[in-house]
Amino acid sequence: MLAVENLQCSYGTARVLEGVDLTVSSGEVLALLGRNGMGKTTLARAIVGMKPPQIREGSITYRDVELTGLESHQIARLGVGYVPQGRRVFGSLTVLENLEVAYRPPRDGQQPWTIERVFEFFPRLAERSNSYARNLSGGEQQMLAIGRALATNPTLLVMDEPSEGLAPVVLGVIKERLRELKQGELTILLIEQNLGLALSIADRVVVLGSDGKIVWTGGPDELRADEQAKRRHLGV
Amino acid sequence: MKRSWWIAGWSAVLAVTVWWILQQMSLRSFWTQVLNGLSFGAVLFFLASGFTLIFGLMRISNLAHGGFYLVGAYIGITVMGLTGNFPLAVLLGGVAIALLGLFTERVLLRPIRGMEKPEVLLTIGLTFVLGDLSLAIWGGDPTPVPIPEALKGPLQIGNFAYPRYRLFVLICAVVVGAILFFVDRRTRIGALVRAGVDDQEMVAGLGINIKAVFTGVFVFGAFLAGFAGVIGGGFLTVLPGQDFEILLFALVVVIIGGLGSLPGAVLGASLVGLIDAFAKALVPELAFFTLFAPMALILVVRPHGLMGREA
Repeated sequence: MLAVENLQCSYGTARVLEGVDLTVSSGEVLALLGRNGMGKTTLARAIVGMKPPQIREGSITYRDVELTGLESHQIARLGVGYVPQGRRVFGSLTVLENLEVAYRPPRDGQQPWTIERVFEFFPRLAERSNSYARNLSGGEQQMLAIGRALATNPTLLVMDEPSEGLAPVVLGVIKERLRELKQGELTILLIEQNLGLALSIADRVVVLGSDGKIVWTGGPDELRADEQAKRRHLGV
Repeated sequence: MKRSWWIAGWSAVLAVTVWWILQQMSLRSFWTQVLNGLSFGAVLFFLASGFTLIFGLMRISNLAHGGFYLVGAYIGITVMGLTGNFPLAVLLGGVAIALLGLFTERVLLRPIRGMEKPEVLLTIGLTFVLGDLSLAIWGGDPTPVPIPEALKGPLQIGNFAYPRYRLFVLICAVVVGAILFFVDRRTRIGALVRAGVDDQEMVAGLGINIKAVFTGVFVFGAFLAGFAGVIGGGFLTVLPGQDFEILLFALVVVIIGGLGSLPGAVLGASLVGLIDAFAKALVPELAFFTLFAPMALILVVRPHGLMGREA
């Protein structure tokens, strides 16, 4: 569904990705792991068309459409939803307005996300629908960032560290919801630092190494067992 | 606690000022000056609201806003000369400047997007070009925009008389302000603009063409400037150089009110209008001092303006 081939990115003269290859199949959850500064967020930004980084070489195709060179609103309209690092909800909009601004009707026969359905999915957001997003707790903002992406009715969800800075209780809720999304056949590229969360949801795992390439590929159970890979590439 | 001290302090300053002013003039001329200030503030509000919206969303200080105002006023004069239809003059003045704004944003500003100095130089240069073109086309004689018979002369309320036209301008400002606030707070397009002020990259990431939103806001701001030119030209005489004068006032309004804030534009425009009216009546020789001293004072206490927030 999503195929990244030989992707090379840079910020000005600083090269970050040096030939990344990965694919995400329809209905699959692929976890992308790696230490800080390896370029996980760079990869996410390149996929959703945000600049910087500049793409020096390589291709990103989604459902046979070449994404490099498209603007990020065009990529979003192809069905790529984005949950950014740091949540980035619109603070001067209410929860409801955040969802209304994002809402786009579905393109094909998938079960459509409506604002009501987002509220059923995260009841906490329904309770706070008239609060300004800047006044929400970190966990609530994360729910809103996910709900906002779902309201665009995506077919692929790119999530950048949804667990970042969350209290354990909230983390449990998010994990539960991600499992539901997976059962709903949504394709997800999950970028994570939290190994436990990533391994409990992913169908497959890839690890981005310090040379700007994918250094490890396999199933979650394989990674769990591979102490050497964990130590070398993840520092755990 | 701290907040209530501030309110008490400002109220005291206001009370002393009003008391002092009332020592200098009769109650009747006091109210006349209040209305003079608010009607001038109304014109400033049309200009400043567009300026502040454009700045808040696109981070462009459109210094051509004064030029837009002046050309709008001249177009109003021409349309009145040809047709004598005042509503048509207001509409065409606005629409012509909206088209000029479309050209400015799409053709002139787009290649230098995000480069602050070129943007400032280009928009100020555009003001010079528009000013010289106006001088060539319409000449340099001060002329007002002709106004319809029905709005001429004073309105008598008891034994208090006040020019009808200035009251009309005030009503226009209330209507335009109400529409702006409604659109900003209650519609999807308003929410989109506010979201764009918060995080434009993320708005685009949701599938919204943020550049189209930019163009829309810029064109709308230009429309308001042209509209202000025709309406304001009805009682502020139209003459070369007024582009920079009105721009200066509009800048003070947005700096006092807070860049990017619509309520700030309302507050700033009222304050600047009132200060200008009373200063001209009481201490005409200090006109510029009385405009900039309060601005400096407010910036010391609130560096982002009265209603502004940190960028």
